[in-house]
Amino acid sequence: MAPPPVIPREAWDGCSVLLDINDGDRLAFFRLTPGATVKIGDKSCSLQPLLGRPFGSLFRVGPDGLVPCAATDASSQDDKARDGGGAGGQAQDETRDNRSLVDNNTAQTLSSEDIEAMKREGASGDAIVEALIANSSTFGNKTVFSQEKYKLKKQKKYAPKVLLRRPSSRSICETYFKKYPARIGFMRVDALSLLLSMANVGAYSDVLAVDMVGGLVVGAVAERLGGTGYVCSTYLGSAPSSIDIIRMYNLSSDMTSRIFQAPLGDLCSLQSVGDAPSVLSGSIQCDVVEPAAVPDESLQSSPAKPINTAVSDGNAQSMTVQPINMEVPEPATDDHLNQGDISMSDCKGSNGNSIAPKAPRAGKAPSPERMKYWGEHGFSSLIVAAPDHEVESVVADLLPLLSYSAPFAIYHQYLQPLATCMHSLQASKMAIGLQITEPWLREYQVLPSRTHPHMQMNAFGGYILSGIRIHKPDP
Amino acid sequence: MMVPLDPCNKPTSQRRITEGDTVVVYERHDSMRAVTVSAAGVLQNRFGVFRHADWLGRHFGSKVFSSGGVGGKGGRKAGGGFVHLLAPTPELWTLVLSHRTQILYIADISLVVAYLELVPGCVVLESGTGSGSLTTSLARAVAPHGRVYTFDFHDQRADSAREDFEKNGLSSLITVAVRDIQGQGFPDEYSGAADAVFLDLPQPWLAIPSAGTMLRQDGVLCSFSPCIEQVQRACETMRSCFTDIRTFEILLRTYEVHEGALKSATVNEASSEGCSLPGKKRKIRSAGEALDSTQTSSVIARPCSTARGHTGYLTFARKSVHGSQTGAAEVCPTS
Repeated sequence: MAPPPVIPREAWDGCSVLLDINDGDRLAFFRLTPGATVKIGDKSCSLQPLLGRPFGSLFRVGPDGLVPCAATDASSQDDKARDGGGAGGQAQDETRDNRSLVDNNTAQTLSSEDIEAMKREGASGDAIVEALIANSSTFGNKTVFSQEKYKLKKQKKYAPKVLLRRPSSRSICETYFKKYPARIGFMRVDALSLLLSMANVGAYSDVLAVDMVGGLVVGAVAERLGGTGYVCSTYLGSAPSSIDIIRMYNLSSDMTSRIFQAPLGDLCSLQSVGDAPSVLSGSIQCDVVEPAAVPDESLQSSPAKPINTAVSDGNAQSMTVQPINMEVPEPATDDHLNQGDISMSDCKGSNGNSIAPKAPRAGKAPSPERMKYWGEHGFSSLIVAAPDHEVESVVADLLPLLSYSAPFAIYHQYLQPLATCMHSLQASKMAIGLQITEPWLREYQVLPSRTHPHMQMNAFGGYILSGIRIHKPDP
Repeated sequence: MMVPLDPCNKPTSQRRITEGDTVVVYERHDSMRAVTVSAAGVLQNRFGVFRHADWLGRHFGSKVFSSGGVGGKGGRKAGGGFVHLLAPTPELWTLVLSHRTQILYIADISLVVAYLELVPGCVVLESGTGSGSLTTSLARAVAPHGRVYTFDFHDQRADSAREDFEKNGLSSLITVAVRDIQGQGFPDEYSGAADAVFLDLPQPWLAIPSAGTMLRQDGVLCSFSPCIEQVQRACETMRSCFTDIRTFEILLRTYEVHEGALKSATVNEASSEGCSLPGKKRKIRSAGEALDSTQTSSVIARPCSTARGHTGYLTFARKSVHGSQTGAAEVCPTS
């Protein structure tokens, strides 16, 4: 009696997917176009076998490309843990240690030629791993735990696993944070979720957003709106900041149609809309420039050019070096850019197929009627994520656009700009409940007799200034 | 209306406080309470006596003054006290609700909602309901067409929670039922229908197999436990039909902001050296001192010295997809 799922659970033609190769070693977004391929080792594999498969499916590399793993393989990662669990009793009794290990490069008797020969004869990756273990003179002396580690290392090299993941704000934020943190202003997933909570984003919200983190925030908000309400992404200067990351989200056309872009100046002129609505809505009509009007040719001369060709790992790196900079506007609608972004890691071969199923364009200019509504009713939430900018003046401009009692959340990678902003808000008496918070997130390894926090952790995910806009009676 | 169910009933600048509205009375950031507005109502607190009648017709977010001084505040002039009247949100609700149990706070709540990948329209199961802090945020995340089915084995608590949800206009989003999820599991009717399941139970491992049956493929389970021993056992149970099992701890550090100037180190040196300095040097120093006292002070921040040190561990897991073919039979044991 289950109602149809609101979340698509299987990959479909033209959708955006996240591939997790070898347990997080490599993470990359792909568009499931007919020609799309992923390069694993020296092999280029078509992504067609992913079509119709449930998100969460595991694939291995067979002689003819990607093959879904059998159910038993699918839980191999957990077997690994469970084996550890089985060894739980042994954990205390473990007598083996590394006293007899000598690093003299003679432990492995299988040569690389032998392995190549096995491959030519069509041996599976798992068979090669077994052979490596059988030919290792030290394997038997290792502890159970280091045997597991050895096996895993060899498995990653000779029998890589590809996990099909569904892009969602969680997985998109985690992926960017892990691979390209500078592009999203070092916003960790817990900071992003706090922003959404603190700004009270939900169905029918009218969210005002300043997104200079590539579209991560706008995409996450659109996901929470679920095709209701509106998100208005505002920008300083004359051209909108790039919100390309929203293409990683599988936003439906309904959801995409809720995303608008408007220059800050136009929004600020709304404050007096109540007094002279007719005049202003007229001027809005001619002032608002459709972001789409940016001609494709302009990209050729744009300083952001390296991004166009970002298809390989090396080039993708250049994206991280180049922070999102609104002074260097990137037309958000260009196909090449889009392609460069979706293949942010190393998607090859899907070039030229990028025109394939295409979502409706996000980021239209809002209609004069919509602007008028916002002017009269105010936005119900404000999120600012401008990690390279001074925020005090931006917030001073934006806060009056919020409806009374509406909450706001300002993200920053530095503490000082938020402290300054908070101080001036306290003085202006425009907001109450002001608080600067910094989330701290620690992951744990949970295994029998071996539970402890991860040895490596991320120590910083950003600062948030939150508060509530209040009604200040006219003097 | 805490969570709008259609575009007409969302709080905007046009909305005024009317009879029957729930407002959050904000005294200070650490002192708030929820009040249902009624024309004859009176609120009395340390800032004075407030007549609800004075609030009617005002904007949400308004500052309102007390109608008369109140005992204890001797010198305070009558009508000097004030509070702000805020529109309720799930975040504010968490700060004002009556604690019938331990509750989840914003850091855990926001991570749960994000990691459960909740979006409008989702179906989510929760046990136990407790004081309804998380439940309210779950409802916002799945509104307007999704559902939260929440279960508590405690009759009275379930009733109180139901009343709260009713009062906050969440009844069409949240169904509260009395049920011992550890003993009985979730009701069969939600089998394979849940996008997410949240457990806050003393023995979560007892409910995990049932949670697995309820979840759609690739759906996410979260178990919240204050103790690591609970986490340990829960994770062992999860391994049979979940993957991607990850345990987190999330805490918030808050900062206080002050305006001020730090004393100059060179000035200190001058004063310690006392008057033994030659006149000329002293003059320079005092000029420097004068400059220091007139220098524009700056805004400085530091972490607050008290903080919550632990709430609980959040363990997330994804229901395994056993699929060479889609819609494969469930392989999760349900004993």
